[in-house]
Amino acid sequence: MTDSANDPTMTMPPAPLGGTEPLIDPHAHFHTPLTNRSDWARYNASRLEMGERIGIRCHVASILGSWGATSPTYFSSPHDQTRANDFMFGLADQHADRVRAFVAVNPNFTAHALAEIERGMGRGAVGIKLAAARRTTDFGLLDEIGAAAAQYGVPVLQHIWQHRRREWPNQEASDGVELARLAVRHPKATFLLAHIGGGGDWAHTNPAVLEVPNIVMDFSGSGIDRGMIDEALRWVGAKRLLWACDLTLCTGLTKLRALAYTGASPDDIADMRWRNAVRIFPAGTFDTALARALEAA
Amino acid sequence: MSATGTHQAGTPGRVDTCAWIGGYPFRDFPHPDPEVLVRVLEREGFTGGWVGHLPGAFHRDPVPSNRALYAALAPHRAMLAPAPIVRPDWPRWEQMLRDAVNEGAPAVRAYPTLWGLGAGHQCMAELALACGEAGVALHLTVRFEDLRQRHPLDSAGDLTAAHVRQLARLPGLKANLVVAGAGRELIEETHWGLTPPEQQRVFYDWHWVWGPPEDHFAHLLRTIGAERFAWSSWWPLRLTQQAQALVDLLPAGESAAAPDNGSTGFGGMHFAHGGSISPGK
Repeated sequence: MTDSANDPTMTMPPAPLGGTEPLIDPHAHFHTPLTNRSDWARYNASRLEMGERIGIRCHVASILGSWGATSPTYFSSPHDQTRANDFMFGLADQHADRVRAFVAVNPNFTAHALAEIERGMGRGAVGIKLAAARRTTDFGLLDEIGAAAAQYGVPVLQHIWQHRRREWPNQEASDGVELARLAVRHPKATFLLAHIGGGGDWAHTNPAVLEVPNIVMDFSGSGIDRGMIDEALRWVGAKRLLWACDLTLCTGLTKLRALAYTGASPDDIADMRWRNAVRIFPAGTFDTALARALEAA
Repeated sequence: MSATGTHQAGTPGRVDTCAWIGGYPFRDFPHPDPEVLVRVLEREGFTGGWVGHLPGAFHRDPVPSNRALYAALAPHRAMLAPAPIVRPDWPRWEQMLRDAVNEGAPAVRAYPTLWGLGAGHQCMAELALACGEAGVALHLTVRFEDLRQRHPLDSAGDLTAAHVRQLARLPGLKANLVVAGAGRELIEETHWGLTPPEQQRVFYDWHWVWGPPEDHFAHLLRTIGAERFAWSSWWPLRLTQQAQALVDLLPAGESAAAPDNGSTGFGGMHFAHGGSISPGK
């Protein structure tokens, strides 16, 4: 009989479900007590606990206002967004080794947005989250956000509807073509095109952003179509793709496990898992997270 | 092991209750061929699969599609069982069902929304009752793709909970119903709209159910019970790893036992399997 006290396999935590190599989720969300869901704390705890189990070293996260409680999720009022950002900054402070913050803004309130960005940078935010409150081709409002991103050297995470063929309710979404028009005006800023698995026709997005190198794309979203990752790799290459989860960690784990069957090299996979995130966010953003040991798998 | 769901020793296997071969009208995906499916299922720990013919879902006459399915699966029958289409508003549909039985199908597929058959349509009732007499399960697909990405021509809409409830409530129904592609809402709207005996006729896969941090899958296991859920791969439309990912991300050490169903905790879950859903096969 094995003496469990002397058996190293009995004391080592199990390996992370997503493998032992570093992993960064650059598209995460949390909730606050000010949302309209009573289980906000359970939700936040679940993301952190299951993130550990998958092997996520760092969640780069935002909070979209009150998530609809007192203003719409994608059209948050300045007051709601300020409170949400405050909570997000506090959460990042509380979990400094595994959570970093985006400062989220509604570009319809330009002065407020720019002030929040400045305040956020002072509070340690590492990126700007743009909700779908205004089309990215509305340059009169978006240019100042793009300029701020370039000034602070942080990426802009932009909610995208892949191949938006009409208006969708509760948001003013943009698609890859529309983000590309903004991105070419701000070549010194990096735009993280959100969730190619998060709704719409992802096949449209690849050629739309091909020639705009300051757009990178994340894999997040509930969509797990076969061919989606393969096509993104074929069009834009691993250097412009970031693994991510958004609202569903389960599809994140699935896509992570699928990477090995896409033909991507180990180097490509490392880029998508974490190295591209290290590259697009400010220097040092992930130093603590990458140095820490996972609590439990 | 066998394609229909039991190991040779008689212990339950992990049978994929939702896979297809063939192409899809609205987008491309890699190599949807049966020999690849066999390799993928083995890699992902499945002991067999119920396999449909995807192009046939969009044809008017399913007979040529079924013929192609039987021929394509013939070299792989140890692993892949046919789940052909039976269209009950088509002449001589009873022969389609007899052919399916003769081919050893554990289930037949129907796509009522693609055929314009509303919830409660008499043809679907006749098919469900005939499936029971024939000893095969009736397999229903809620959707093929996310609503947000559909081609403008793909306008049939999702299967509704009402479709499933109407079938599950049929007096004298013997067939089991397998519902693939449902999310939490459809599953709950169906399950809690049925009497306990009716509930026992319906099985769901969990490929489209959300895991953490929403934890819809854990919620459904607690409230409805693992025995109502069956494994699936959704190959070739979706990444096959999803069903296992959802199981791997269930809350640790938490009991799935609902106060009124006596099911076991997550660690001792007993999902449905091919042999329990289609015991005659």
